[in-house]
Amino acid sequence: MALKSPVVFGVLSRLSRRSFSSSKALFSKPVTVRDALNQAIEEEMERDERVFVMGEEVAQYDGAYKVTRGLWKKYGDKRVIDTPITEMGFAGIAVGAAFAGLRPICEFMTFNFSMQAIDHIINSAAKTFYMSAGAVPVPIVFRGPNGAASGVAAQHSQCFGAWFAHCPGLKVVMPYSSEDAKGLLKAAIRDPDPVVCLENEMLYGVPFPMSDEAQSNEFVLPFGKAKVEREGKHITVVCAGRATDTALIAANELAGKGIECEVINLRSLRPLDFDTIARSVAKTHHIVTVEQGWPSCGIGAEICARLMESSTFFELDAPVWRVTGADVPMPYATTLEALALPRPPDVLAAVTGVLGARIDQASAQ
Amino acid sequence: MALKAGVRVFRLNGLRPAVRLLSTHTRPEVQNAQNSKVAEFPGARAPYISELKFVSETSYDPIPIYRVLDHNGEVIDSKEEPAIEKDTLVNMYKTMVQLSQMDKILYESQRQGRISFYMTNYGEEGIHVGSAAALSPSDLVFAQYREVGVLLYRGMTVTEIVNQCYGNCEDPGKGRQMPVHYGSKQHNFVTLSSPLATQMPQAVGAAYALKRVPNNDRCVICYFGDGAASEGDAHAAFNFAATLDCPIILMCRNNGYAISTPTREQYRGDGVASRGPALGILTARVDGTDPLAVYNAIRAARDHALRHNRPALIEAMSYRVGHHSTSDDSTAYRSLEEIQKWNNDENPIQKFKMYLERKGYWDAGSDEALQKEARDLVVKTMQQAEKKQLPPWKEMFEDVYHDMPPRIQKQVKELEDHLAVYGEHYALDTFKPE
Ligand SMILES: Cc1ncc(C[n+]2csc(CCOP(=O)(O)OP(=O)(O)O)c2C)c(N)n1
Repeated sequence: MALKSPVVFGVLSRLSRRSFSSSKALFSKPVTVRDALNQAIEEEMERDERVFVMGEEVAQYDGAYKVTRGLWKKYGDKRVIDTPITEMGFAGIAVGAAFAGLRPICEFMTFNFSMQAIDHIINSAAKTFYMSAGAVPVPIVFRGPNGAASGVAAQHSQCFGAWFAHCPGLKVVMPYSSEDAKGLLKAAIRDPDPVVCLENEMLYGVPFPMSDEAQSNEFVLPFGKAKVEREGKHITVVCAGRATDTALIAANELAGKGIECEVINLRSLRPLDFDTIARSVAKTHHIVTVEQGWPSCGIGAEICARLMESSTFFELDAPVWRVTGADVPMPYATTLEALALPRPPDVLAAVTGVLGARIDQASAQ
Repeated sequence: MALKAGVRVFRLNGLRPAVRLLSTHTRPEVQNAQNSKVAEFPGARAPYISELKFVSETSYDPIPIYRVLDHNGEVIDSKEEPAIEKDTLVNMYKTMVQLSQMDKILYESQRQGRISFYMTNYGEEGIHVGSAAALSPSDLVFAQYREVGVLLYRGMTVTEIVNQCYGNCEDPGKGRQMPVHYGSKQHNFVTLSSPLATQMPQAVGAAYALKRVPNNDRCVICYFGDGAASEGDAHAAFNFAATLDCPIILMCRNNGYAISTPTREQYRGDGVASRGPALGILTARVDGTDPLAVYNAIRAARDHALRHNRPALIEAMSYRVGHHSTSDDSTAYRSLEEIQKWNNDENPIQKFKMYLERKGYWDAGSDEALQKEARDLVVKTMQQAEKKQLPPWKEMFEDVYHDMPPRIQKQVKELEDHLAVYGEHYALDTFKPE
């Protein structure tokens, strides 16, 4: 049995009672993540003349994944700009436009290609406000599909969550559902700081119920606030983006076995809502993290470190386990690709492992 | 202090007196033939002029497009007809036909869900065989993705190509890459990389490495699209090729589109070729639908590259007749008429066939047989490829590092142990045994 600090526990458990907010989905209608993102951009373009979209194929072609559908027809060349194929170039141009007071949305066809532009994101967008002593804000959004899609192999299948979340000056969001997508992207466009919005191609076509509230054009979600997707008392499962899907499927299955998971969808990776994690762990005393990225220096690793460095450590009855993408370049074969990403059975195994205190087996890998 | 005072003087007296103030002596100035003065700045050696002159893309005529054949396959100027042996010419033609049949069938096989992705080469076959025939097989190729005809010409078999697309146990790439991401050490063809233009500075680096080899007789050819030419890497490649004096041929396949982006949105000015002279690279523009024009240009470029250790840039003009890839429907951004017009009027295969027929090297009968043979070969190969086993499962652990680290070794062992007990639950017979 792990040590517990009764004082901290008391405070946290009181907090936890009123902190879980889940938006009502009573009058909800299904909206795909793609449409939610499209709505978010359109509403913000309508609201603020300074907002514009820039990227490869975003105009007449409606975006490689059709997220900008209809925007060029409505707003024309001035605000929906197709670029030559120069990520380094258009990311730099978008950063410059933000320096000059516009609010660019810079679309990467996929985040894999943002690597060509990473200097502008890390060394310019993230740091200029600081380096200019607050004189030059950089209100820009870098967005696009991130992580593995399907059958596109090593160079097209990478999650950059941990990469961007590493960098001070950036805010990083990773939406899961349509509400996440709309609320986080709108907040990102309005935000005075540079925001990286890591979407997922496999989720674009997935419909999620969307509440009336979320359908309003004033719906924004705060950064650094996780969403408890499912309450539970036995173990906390922390995830974001598409991994949330994996976690929820596993949680469903575990519920049938009498194990109640509390599934926390982080929504933003930086700032990271550690409070919600801490409150949950104070209740469940067990935790597993799930992410699609690689294990080394990943989001799960960061959460482990924060647990170690806080009094929440004393709440733990078992060590933390991480469920992550396999530590290899993404295989091309469909079967191996599926195995290289976290699957519900992996979460299941981790949860039962942690609850059964079978840590020796885990550390054997 | 001194500096500031100087500036003040400058401002007070205006430009001319200040200049006079600074040059106390009159010295003889360098003059050129027309008696105008030539400046010798470290950054530019050029004549002085006393009338401000801007240059723009209209200051020059567009770089002309060299061709040997007209669109009926007739030689325009007999001096320009390369002396290529009959066998080679026929082989070039056969490769084009094989390529086009392979494209048709593999494209269809993607539509049927048999492979995940494909890219056709329609309209650019002439660039592939024209360049491949002009090179030495030992010249190193860095390609983008739409150059598989070069591999075919170099002797990679249809079977090897189809196996790559199917990712089976005979795929030379061990089933690790998306379809069309070929590579073959044996054929001096560096494995393709998906992020655009990354091959360009790498090709220059390889050319630099070749140059250091004593008595080097190999050059590098780097293929890239009009879209990839906009990447920062492209500019870096041009500049380094020139400043490092590298034996490289930079081969732009300008097919008019980058996915949906037409060249008029990709760049301004006189195309990709115009960047060559600006950066000190010998440059020519050719009709990419004419295999003989491509051949002559690459021959000359290769000669220049090896003789002088200098780069050359060739811009081969063509039209991308097919969709960008199986993920694209190009009728969303261009008309069917436009596609048909190019395909009919400037079809490289047709043109070349008519040339061969005119020379008496080819006839309709042989053509029919060839088309059928080429098609049957792909269909048969595809059927075989589908039946082949997957690569041995253990291979999935290999090549992450040169020497397998203990952590991965442990995982292999774990999986071995697991399969020893539970193997029957897996379709292990779909994998090739080691
Ligand atoms: C760095 C990077 N950005 C974007 C892409 C997506 N992409 C793949 S092919 C392509 C178009 C390239 O066009 P071009 O170079 O003209 O070659 P073509 O397809 O016409 O042969 C794009 C944008 C990519 N692969 N890599």
